[in-house]
Amino acid sequence: MYRYDDIDQRLVDERVQQFRDQTRRFLAGQLSDEEFKSLRLRNGLYLQRHAPMLRIAIPYGLLSTAQLRKLAHLARTYDRGYGHFSTRQNLQLNWPKVEDVPDMLAELATVQMHAIQTSGNAVRNITTDHFAGVAADEIVDALVWCEIVRQWSTFNPEFSYLPRKFKIAINGAAADRAATWVHDIGLHAVRADGGPVEPGDPFPSPAVGFRVLVGGGLGRTPIIGHVIREFLPWRHLLTYLDAILRVYNRYGRRDNIHKARIKILVKERGPEAFDREVEEEWSHLRDGPATLVPEEIERVASRFTRPAYERLPAVDPGFERLRSSDKAFAAWVKRNVHPHKVPGYAAVTLSLKKTGVPPGDATADQMDAIADLADRYTFGELRVSHEQNLIFAEVAQRDLDRLWRELRPLGLATPNIGLITNIIACPGGDFCSLANARSIPVAEAIQRRFDDLDHVFDVGELDLNISGCMNACGHHHVGHIGILGVDKAGEEFYQIEIGGNQGETRPGAKAALGKVLGPSFSQGEVPDAIERLVRCYLGLRDSEEERFIDVVQRVGVEPFKAHLYAKADQESRAHSRQLAAA
Amino acid sequence: MPKLIRNRELTADSWLLLEGDPATAVPAGDVIVPLAVWLGQRAALAARDGRTGVCLAPHEDPAALAGDLDRLPLVAVSFPKFTDGRGFSTARLLRERYRFKGELRAVGDVLRDQLLFLARCGFDAFALRDDQDAEAALAAFADFTEAYQGGVDQPVPLFRRRLAAGSSR
Repeated sequence: MYRYDDIDQRLVDERVQQFRDQTRRFLAGQLSDEEFKSLRLRNGLYLQRHAPMLRIAIPYGLLSTAQLRKLAHLARTYDRGYGHFSTRQNLQLNWPKVEDVPDMLAELATVQMHAIQTSGNAVRNITTDHFAGVAADEIVDALVWCEIVRQWSTFNPEFSYLPRKFKIAINGAAADRAATWVHDIGLHAVRADGGPVEPGDPFPSPAVGFRVLVGGGLGRTPIIGHVIREFLPWRHLLTYLDAILRVYNRYGRRDNIHKARIKILVKERGPEAFDREVEEEWSHLRDGPATLVPEEIERVASRFTRPAYERLPAVDPGFERLRSSDKAFAAWVKRNVHPHKVPGYAAVTLSLKKTGVPPGDATADQMDAIADLADRYTFGELRVSHEQNLIFAEVAQRDLDRLWRELRPLGLATPNIGLITNIIACPGGDFCSLANARSIPVAEAIQRRFDDLDHVFDVGELDLNISGCMNACGHHHVGHIGILGVDKAGEEFYQIEIGGNQGETRPGAKAALGKVLGPSFSQGEVPDAIERLVRCYLGLRDSEEERFIDVVQRVGVEPFKAHLYAKADQESRAHSRQLAAA
Repeated sequence: MPKLIRNRELTADSWLLLEGDPATAVPAGDVIVPLAVWLGQRAALAARDGRTGVCLAPHEDPAALAGDLDRLPLVAVSFPKFTDGRGFSTARLLRERYRFKGELRAVGDVLRDQLLFLARCGFDAFALRDDQDAEAALAAFADFTEAYQGGVDQPVPLFRRRLAAGSSR
């Protein structure tokens, strides 16, 4: 965890006071709905279909057990006993009362938490790789850079009334686990010479910088980001962000909410022209007071708690024994246990994708139980992933067996990370006033269809994402299979696309947007349609190593389209014949 | 009751904010004119009895005034909607790039809850929307007592001040 100093704490406390007064003035009729809306959104408070929703920031997904217990307490005290972990590593509570929110924020501030800029037209929570700091393929510890950018973005006076929301993701590793290509700005840590950072390198290494992507995004106009700078030395990070944001703040469209994201500005001007404008702006800001210095990187890094690792053998014999003798344990290890840069340690994903539970939901009791486990097994900290799961990033290999046995009764050991049942879904029409259709029942129906674990294992890695409307909170555009809820004359239908990819989570398929296959399906037809696509894939793949997305990128969408609709046509023709014969 | 805050105090206001096309007749006295009027009538405005200020709309580039800022006592930036944040960048450019030293005034949909950030971007005068409680709004400047980023009010970002404080201890 980054531990606040006095100033960090004071700013959060002052924010609570400010919002308490704003809420008081709103309830007293001194602020209009519209004026309060702009203020409450930047404190995470939405007015939703059934009741307000409070989105609490979990900066870059990192959470201490004290914080998780506080979230459990809030869910129990002010809500209905559960919370929803979102794709931007935040936590949403769905039934708080408006007048309670200042007290909730005050409680959060006691554990160095807040809801600052989790919504509204400002820079949102900075997101990153859920394995940042422990990944074996790491170039920098992205958490440190996320905190530096968090401070730059928090209450940034110039960039608090942007044309639209603004999302930044930072990836510090070789693999991209932060979906950086579909953010307003994506940052990739890189070394000037392309090599790895050596243990003997000075910190922060002068050879390190960032590749800067801009203008990616999902929503109604999904776009893969453009590289506007291959290498930005780290000391220039904040002045360069200032330049991009200033160009966007001044020239981004404000006449149409659907064309107001930076991706539209970049698209309309062209990436090269946009790049030139940023460079021109940056020429004035470069080397200014916001230029970072090594001492600040060291200061921020030193305020993060660091685990006291034991010296452990790289392979624990007991762990290996159980893995070879217990099929269920081996399955969990294969899917939910991940490599760690320190010998003898592993990262573990707690799946929040058990069939029948809305993806990303956790009860207050689960949160308390998870906090207890994290204290015992992983140095008292955990992460939230953008795939809406929780991560214990620092578990000793020898403890994996005991942890697994404790997670199972809690319903948190579903061995499905990377598989089709690890569905990303937005809250959908059950909760959200924007949704055209429900997401959660569709996710559940698909999970039930693919619940036979052996079957799932045969299918291999497959990202399936569901959004209840074109705002794409469920990231359907970057699912290997994406499902979008649409409204057809008042009825819920679902469009299916394939070929999307969040990025190079491993070498191979690059970030890509899915292609819609054809006419949409009713809710009841969706599981069959997905099964047809999966069966088509199983027939086309070269080997079990070739993932669904690899096959789509190799053969294109046509064979899938033909398979999906040919069968449907046959069925409907057969049905017509039956009717004709009757 | 005055609705103008200048240098964090309520004050009377001598300026008239003029709207209209480039050919609009400008009366005597202290008048803030639209950029187009300024560009079209510079000589006539100077010969007039009274001071002249210029108002920039959100889309207007402060570079258009770069050569005039030395002799302008006042520049206003308009906020047709408080949610339109372009004026925040306009203000920083005027202060930091073009070194404008005169009064920088926010006009239009100017509300209590935006005052502090406007001030941080370089505004020192605020013509509040009519319905605002100007006396109560003064408290908004104290909503936060510290800031991470540099601004016109405090050009040195917090991280540099933290380091300076740390090294002097």
